[in-house]
Amino acid sequence: MSSPVSQFKTDATAKAGDLRHRGLIQTALRKYEIVRDVRKGAFQDWEQARQSAAETKFFAINHLDTHLVEFAEKLEARGTKVHWASTASQAREIIGGIIKQKQAKSVVKSKAMTAEEIHLNPALEKLGFEVVESDLGEYIVQLREEAPYHIVFPAMHLTRAEISDLFHNKLGSPETHSPEELTMIARDALREKYITADIGITGANFAIAETGMISVTENEGNARLSAALPKTMISLLGIEKVLPKLEDLALFLPMLATAGAGQQITCYNTMYGGPRQADECDGPEEYHVVLLDNRRTELLADPEQRDALHCIRCGACLNVCPIFRNVGGHTYGTTYSGPIGSVITPHLRGLQDWKHLSNSSSLCGACTETCPVKIDLHHHLLHNRRNASAGKPSVLERLAYRIYAIAVNTPGFWGLGKRIGRLAYPFARFFSGTIYDPARAWTKTRDLPPMPGQSFKEWWKERNR
Amino acid sequence: MKVTLFVPCFMDACYPKVGISIVEILERLGHEIECPEEVVCCGQPAFNSGYWEESRVICRKVLKQLERAEAVVIPSGSCGAMLKVFYPELFKGEPEEAAANDLAARTWEFSDFLVKRLGVTDLGAKFEGKATFHDGCHGLRELKTKDSPRRLLEKVEGLELVEMEAAETCCGFGGTFSAKFPMISTAMGEVKCSSANETGADWMVSNDSSCLMHLQGLLDRQGNPLKTIHLAEVLAQR
Ligand code: SF4
Repeated sequence: MSSPVSQFKTDATAKAGDLRHRGLIQTALRKYEIVRDVRKGAFQDWEQARQSAAETKFFAINHLDTHLVEFAEKLEARGTKVHWASTASQAREIIGGIIKQKQAKSVVKSKAMTAEEIHLNPALEKLGFEVVESDLGEYIVQLREEAPYHIVFPAMHLTRAEISDLFHNKLGSPETHSPEELTMIARDALREKYITADIGITGANFAIAETGMISVTENEGNARLSAALPKTMISLLGIEKVLPKLEDLALFLPMLATAGAGQQITCYNTMYGGPRQADECDGPEEYHVVLLDNRRTELLADPEQRDALHCIRCGACLNVCPIFRNVGGHTYGTTYSGPIGSVITPHLRGLQDWKHLSNSSSLCGACTETCPVKIDLHHHLLHNRRNASAGKPSVLERLAYRIYAIAVNTPGFWGLGKRIGRLAYPFARFFSGTIYDPARAWTKTRDLPPMPGQSFKEWWKERNR
Repeated sequence: MKVTLFVPCFMDACYPKVGISIVEILERLGHEIECPEEVVCCGQPAFNSGYWEESRVICRKVLKQLERAEAVVIPSGSCGAMLKVFYPELFKGEPEEAAANDLAARTWEFSDFLVKRLGVTDLGAKFEGKATFHDGCHGLRELKTKDSPRRLLEKVEGLELVEMEAAETCCGFGGTFSAKFPMISTAMGEVKCSSANETGADWMVSNDSSCLMHLQGLLDRQGNPLKTIHLAEVLAQR
């Protein structure tokens, strides 16, 4: 297998030049920007709302120890089994163990990026269980045997025609380009699975410490069915999902919907607080909550980048990121793509192996500007770069910067450099863009900047003589 | 006022006309200009690549050279952000911390200096053509210089200013990023240029020559007739 960096470079180069992909994604995200702005206008003061959300998350994360305990105790009081998983493999074992113990055959799952993060589906399939994705987008990428393209819109890279072809080939349905009909085809295929599934797995959007409840938001109602019909329900969530109070949702639910999808509020918002109680008529008989660390506590220990744990996975930073818009989600080779992925993946999976994600940014800051919980995303990319080169510098790059520092700090050198540049400039066109060109990375697609006969400083000196 | 002009390294070598235009504009307004010979580069390439120690070697010299400057003017949002925003971060906890904070407060991006410090917007400039403005990201988001260039351009006689949809979208230069990930950088530049083309503008104006160096290189290679020009060059024409 190729290393993450060479995979990224190869895929990024291919996707960046893929005009069909570019057109599709740019158009979809331009539409998103328009509706998002309309929805932002519904807030009395969007900037104030961001500030307030950031402060709430700051408090939640900086008191994670007490919030998590409170959350777990409240859940347990109503009969939920709470599991603490330090690593991805522990989480897989816990979930696999529950399913085995229940002697379940089929599992229905609603959208959960945390499950992608721990590679839950392949692990369960290896144990012999069928896992069905109930979210339409997730179901589509599952049928295609690929990872979600985007943390909120898993199948946004596909056209209706491609989805129709896929359903036709895999499910034998007639060709159609109508979104309603495509949804109905998937729904028919899925309803059957809900009814027969023994286990329902969900993620969570928020974990409310005060009441010991998880909040799940969705647009299709599939998560409700995944939770309500099977006898056993499992929710897998990262420990950073905590919000202190129930009333915090009054801000966070509309904010998540607005920032993520340009919706006023997501269609279905459900709270789960435990298995079916004695006086209740529905709900699962057993409820398990799996709290996942998987190196989040390492991020928590870093005061500079701790705010990355504020993330509510709205996907807004992906939507506005010009890198994401040109290379697409799969290129990142990670569960979490886009700016937030480039910030946290080096923490979750190793800085030296994933530092290229922090380097592949123009540091434009569109992500930071849009993030509803005000994570200092693009500056964290800079911090990752600093930490990466402090830990394992590139000998060549460091040498180049040392020489450069001498050159610009010594006026004689700089003047000489300019003169040499001017002498060499006319010859540059002979090998410009070829493999002999030292500036090939630039000249392959761009002409060189001009090199006039007199620099500004030379002009200034002459004028003041 | 005595103004210290900091013409960044690549502008000194490749775009001397920008610096010359600023000298003309500020002298016309009655200010005295100085250009310290030994201030060459702001240290950003090393800083952005994560080589902060190597960057400090350059920045220390800049701090020393500009120690006594009353107002430092930089015709680049990017280098301006380096001095105003990143020097304080780079020298946090270092002996030069106070000097870095002090220089940050005395440093101005060119268009902001005219509009916010000097309070002038009408420079009596004349420039024929239809132009769209490209917001360099550092100027836009680190320094918040969205309005100043537009207020100046609105006063230019003969110039029609039209906004492109992707005005605030990064052009894809990003310093060393443009060479480390050239294809992504190129794709971003193409998105920018096609947005500018949609407006029917003849000119793409910016307060950052680094973005324009990348965009003009791309336009020339693709035979796109759109032309780029630095804000100062527009404002100096009469
Ligand atoms: S980092 Fe911010 S914008 Fe990006 S997904 Fe998380 S909350 Fe949303």
